[in-house]
Amino acid sequence: MNLSYENSFEIQGGNFKKAGDISVQIKKVLQNLGVPRAILRRVAIAVYESEINIISYANKGIIHIQVSPETVSIEAEDEGPGIENIELAMRAGYSTATDKIREMGFGAGMGIPNIINCSDTFNITSEVNKGTHLTMIIQLTNNQEEKN
Amino acid sequence: MDLSSIAEKLNLRIVCGHQKLSVQVTGGYVGDLLSDVMANSREGYIWITRQTHQNIVAVASLKELAGIILVNGKDPEEDTLEKATAEGIPIFVTELSAFDIVGELYTIVS
Repeated sequence: MNLSYENSFEIQGGNFKKAGDISVQIKKVLQNLGVPRAILRRVAIAVYESEINIISYANKGIIHIQVSPETVSIEAEDEGPGIENIELAMRAGYSTATDKIREMGFGAGMGIPNIINCSDTFNITSEVNKGTHLTMIIQLTNNQEEKN
Repeated sequence: MDLSSIAEKLNLRIVCGHQKLSVQVTGGYVGDLLSDVMANSREGYIWITRQTHQNIVAVASLKELAGIILVNGKDPEEDTLEKATAEGIPIFVTELSAFDIVGELYTIVS
């Protein structure tokens, strides 16, 4: 398999109508590239949760995806309020979502835990009033199932 | 069991995805929290929810779910219908509550 792909997708904050569109698009591209299904499932979850986070909280953001024969790397970088307490944000069930976001079934405090669960390597940095940067790496070789 | 048999047995109203009714259902998941469904549903599952907005379509598409059943007689919103039709995601409506429809589904799918 000779996998090679790289692309960036812009996401507007607050645009729930489009929520999930980028993830569906990325999944289709990777599917066509021949990325194994077990990997696809993990990439789909990581990209989806990143996309929803940007739409829910940030002004705007970019999801950058790079596929090589060894790894799928996903970067989600946004301009927004940032995260005050990263440790709390990583805890399952913790959320700062508004009622509007919760009513739609988002903001359950599961986004970042889901991302961690689907990534072989995960990194998060954030600066209050500037933005948040997630890095997710999924290995294409061995370890193909979700970790849970 | 395939979607059309389930729809017939449980008296589900088919609102879109008629071309996908031969898809086999391998299990089910109930939930209104999208991240929960993203994390815990599996390919081929039928998803029972009260969420009717268009974001349910992306979840079903990403997880390759067999279809979505909306409970309590609620129709999908107009843009949900458009998106589901474009993506080929079957959506059904039941007059029953989530508890009652899952009770019936469980006996025929599991």
